[in-house]
Amino acid sequence: MNIANVLDAKGLACPMPVVRARKTIKEMETGEILEIQTTDKGSVADMSAWAKSGGHEMVDQKEEAGVFTFWIKKG
Amino acid sequence: MTVTPLIAGDIAKKVIRKEPLFILDVRNEDAFKDWKIEGESVQHLNIPYFDLLDGVEHILEQLPTDRPVVVVCAKEGSSILIADMLSEEGRNVHYLKGGMKAWSEHLEPAKIGDLKEGGTIYQFVRIGKGCLSYMIVSGGEAAIVDATRMTEVFTAFADELGVKITHVLDTHLHADHISGGRQIAEKTGAAYWLPPKDASEVTFAFKPLEDGQIIAVGKSKMKIQPIYSPGHTIGSTSFIVDDAYLLSGDILFIDSIGRPDLAGLAEDWVDDLRVTLYERYRALAEELIVLPAHFMIIEELKEDGSVSEKLGTLFAKNHGLNIADEKEFRKLVTDNLPPQPNAYQEIRQTNMGKITPDIETQREMEIGPNRCAVR
Repeated sequence: MNIANVLDAKGLACPMPVVRARKTIKEMETGEILEIQTTDKGSVADMSAWAKSGGHEMVDQKEEAGVFTFWIKKG
Repeated sequence: MTVTPLIAGDIAKKVIRKEPLFILDVRNEDAFKDWKIEGESVQHLNIPYFDLLDGVEHILEQLPTDRPVVVVCAKEGSSILIADMLSEEGRNVHYLKGGMKAWSEHLEPAKIGDLKEGGTIYQFVRIGKGCLSYMIVSGGEAAIVDATRMTEVFTAFADELGVKITHVLDTHLHADHISGGRQIAEKTGAAYWLPPKDASEVTFAFKPLEDGQIIAVGKSKMKIQPIYSPGHTIGSTSFIVDDAYLLSGDILFIDSIGRPDLAGLAEDWVDDLRVTLYERYRALAEELIVLPAHFMIIEELKEDGSVSEKLGTLFAKNHGLNIADEKEFRKLVTDNLPPQPNAYQEIRQTNMGKITPDIETQREMEIGPNRCAVR
């Protein structure tokens, strides 16, 4: 996977992970992948819903030791 | 313009009094569809916060000015952000302090009635999740039935009445919410009663509820009588209080009946559920006031915010009590069941004492409606 950018949003509460992800992806090129790490459980559903609403693609996601990682391709 | 927080209790009172209220719910669409603040006087608009970050001008005309507008999200962070944006556009708005988590935890007490032998029975309405708990007060003592994990509400209420909590009872091992029973019993030294058939795997000491035994509260003659009434779980037990009230647990609700699939296989317990509802309950006095452990829709709340109905009325009106054909009954309670409550397996494990999640995890586990009924 060609990851263009990594965003560390660990420790941030809603709505900050999505606010930061949105800001970062705005500065990226279409087709590039953003990796986002969060610890807020609410971010799991919100990240998918935001990606869909923004026309981006959730390529993959995982949970490991309380850290959620998302890979989102800019649409 | 101003942003003022409202606490869950403010909103609960408005819902009960049917005061007009407009909820701008900024959670994602799935969360909103799954579970929201409901009420006859409540209007909704659901737009996720991430679709409003570029500005809120385009939704202003959808927000009324003749009633309070409350921005709501899961915890409160996003609702404050959006409320601030609306305020900058010249609107007076509120946000729900603590978000849907606080809504889920709020308990509203209601007096059900006085007892013949002296004393009072109270109901605690968990309006956001549909759970109902009870406190039976008589002769300076109190018994609590189906307590939620917000235990300080019950202990503070007992303190205010100046009564001592001596018995804590659960009608069954709950699958939709974490019981506060054990914690209250430990804190107050009260006896903790559970149906033994539901408690075969619990990791702590309890007193077994047995059909026909008598539990006395205070020095009065007021009695709690357990009745074995399986079907929702194998141990489900109902209580007749003061020969006037039937605490039916998750077996019989106002407009629905208990589902038999949350603690095992629905198929195995259908017959138990049938016998409980169509034989054991039929043999009881129709004058008994049924007090269930849940309400399902907000319309079940009476004017004063409480939930109850005469057993005789339920025999006449509750569809689940009026299915003559056993096959049809079996089909109703085993086919096309609604989704199970959120994290119901983990909730059962917690109530058995097998796992001890931290408070934040407990809150997450209880998110959503109770979903204990079939209609």
